[in-house]
Amino acid sequence: MSLAAAIRADDVDKLPSRRDEGWRWTDLRGLLRAIPPLSPEIEVAEGGPFAAIASDELAYGNGRRPNGADYSNLTMVGDGTMRLRFVSDANATSHSTFVAIEVEEGDHVTLLESYEGQGSAYVASVEIALEVERDAHLTRIILVDAPPDAILVSEARVILHPGATFHQTVLTTGGKRQRIETVVTHPGAGGSVRMDGVYLVSGRRHADITTEVTHARPDGVTDQLVKGCVSGQARAVFQGRIVVARGADKTDARMGHHGLILSERAEIDAKPELEIYADDVACAHGNTVGALDEEAIFYARSRGIPEAEARAMLTQAFVGEVVDRIEHEGARDVARVWVAKQLGGVA
Amino acid sequence: MLSIQNLHVRVGEAEIIKGLSLDVPAGEVHAIMGPNGAGKSTLSYALAGRPGYEVTEGSASLNGEDLLALDPSERAAKGVFLSFQYPLEIPGVPGLTFLRTALNAQRKARGEDEVSAPAFLKLVRAEAAALKIDFEMLKRPLNVGFSGGEKKRMEILQMAVLSPRLLILDETDSGLDIDALRIVSEGVNAMRAPDRAMLVITHYQRLLDYIKPDRVHVLADGRIVASGGPELAHELEREGYDKYQKAAA
Repeated sequence: MSLAAAIRADDVDKLPSRRDEGWRWTDLRGLLRAIPPLSPEIEVAEGGPFAAIASDELAYGNGRRPNGADYSNLTMVGDGTMRLRFVSDANATSHSTFVAIEVEEGDHVTLLESYEGQGSAYVASVEIALEVERDAHLTRIILVDAPPDAILVSEARVILHPGATFHQTVLTTGGKRQRIETVVTHPGAGGSVRMDGVYLVSGRRHADITTEVTHARPDGVTDQLVKGCVSGQARAVFQGRIVVARGADKTDARMGHHGLILSERAEIDAKPELEIYADDVACAHGNTVGALDEEAIFYARSRGIPEAEARAMLTQAFVGEVVDRIEHEGARDVARVWVAKQLGGVA
Repeated sequence: MLSIQNLHVRVGEAEIIKGLSLDVPAGEVHAIMGPNGAGKSTLSYALAGRPGYEVTEGSASLNGEDLLALDPSERAAKGVFLSFQYPLEIPGVPGLTFLRTALNAQRKARGEDEVSAPAFLKLVRAEAAALKIDFEMLKRPLNVGFSGGEKKRMEILQMAVLSPRLLILDETDSGLDIDALRIVSEGVNAMRAPDRAMLVITHYQRLLDYIKPDRVHVLADGRIVASGGPELAHELEREGYDKYQKAAA
């Protein structure tokens, strides 16, 4: 059951539905009566939100490499920073992409991944296979910008080899229905995983950040912090699962999800799960959903800060904790500006 | 300067301020003393415009301008500053950022240019030094994890930087040890000016040894029941609020 399979087979019965436990808050079957026709080929100009901080790019337009070349299997060689762009410009059509990327032993790679949507009511699926070899490091910054009526599912499967590290931060405003999913197999051996995210969802949008990290072997670290806010009639979903397999001793796993609900009709659904089969582990999780502190808002107003600005400032500070954890300076700046722009505050 | 006429304030179903009238001319410091529950904090919150503090009757104006019609941030831009009895913690927002945002928002509301970063830092450094506030502390989220005394000093720092016309000090002495009380009081006294008025709200006379009022008013059951010179504070310290509470009842 996946959107990718449904698009490829032109078969709505392959769509995940609310009957699938992992998709009950992000139902696709109930949303689509038929798979829309295939999206047209488009030209993609160089650029994107990370254009200023990295020159190499790999771009897909409506699911295809623009020049028709097939890059579905790609091995990355050498250290560096690269833009990975999924550009959609489509109206009521659908497209899917599969990308495989390998980070070679000992390399340090930063992937600046952007979803850039134009047009309306399209359905897009992106599947990514990432393999991080021994002692290599991969940072993945994901910035999602889609029209309010677009459907997007991004599913990444990440395989880490011993000693490898993988740090990811998702930044999204959602779509008509949208899911950014990451599934990681963690080999331990001193490797670390960070699975952060920020959602800022307004209007009638929907954003789902789903992650799963399986610690297969001893001595692995996972640190997760996801924060966000919903307003209007928006809905955010956070599903975080950390599995510590039998024998994966000395695993250190921390998960935090904290959401703000800024209006009466907005909703946050959260399912933090720790599944622990090993004995000697340090695992913790915290999950909170609440509102802005009205007393703090009044305090800021009493100092001369208009209410809307005070709310933006406090919301920005709330999610800023996640942004501050981005190690790549350029990406962190892009993320800060993005948050400020979404919240109407100042950077 | 500040003129309050027949003010009535409701919080929820309860009327707390019941026809309070008070004039504080420019250049003067007036103390409001009263027993717990008299309405001291309600008066300060109503003047600052806190949501939930509903003015049902009467007026309050600053230099002839109706305060009650204004949003809290507009009141601040007109020069109202409330020093909170319990200053709020602002997670994730460094003190410097908060203060600069507030100062520029006020300036913008008054049609003035934003203050430049160097000018702002120079101003804050000078005021922080006078209040013995470590400048590094201003880079931390405002009031988060600060002691009671540190929070109060941070209030006075904000007051000094924002340079308001009407200063309302709500139980500024609570939670202060004697050294902090002296530093805070010196900070407040430094702000006395011919074009400023101050309203010092306190339960105890102690603060008034440091911040000398021109007039003292006794607030009981939502009204001013007695007014006098500084000697009235000493009388209250000696004799307590009993006779005023009985008079009010």
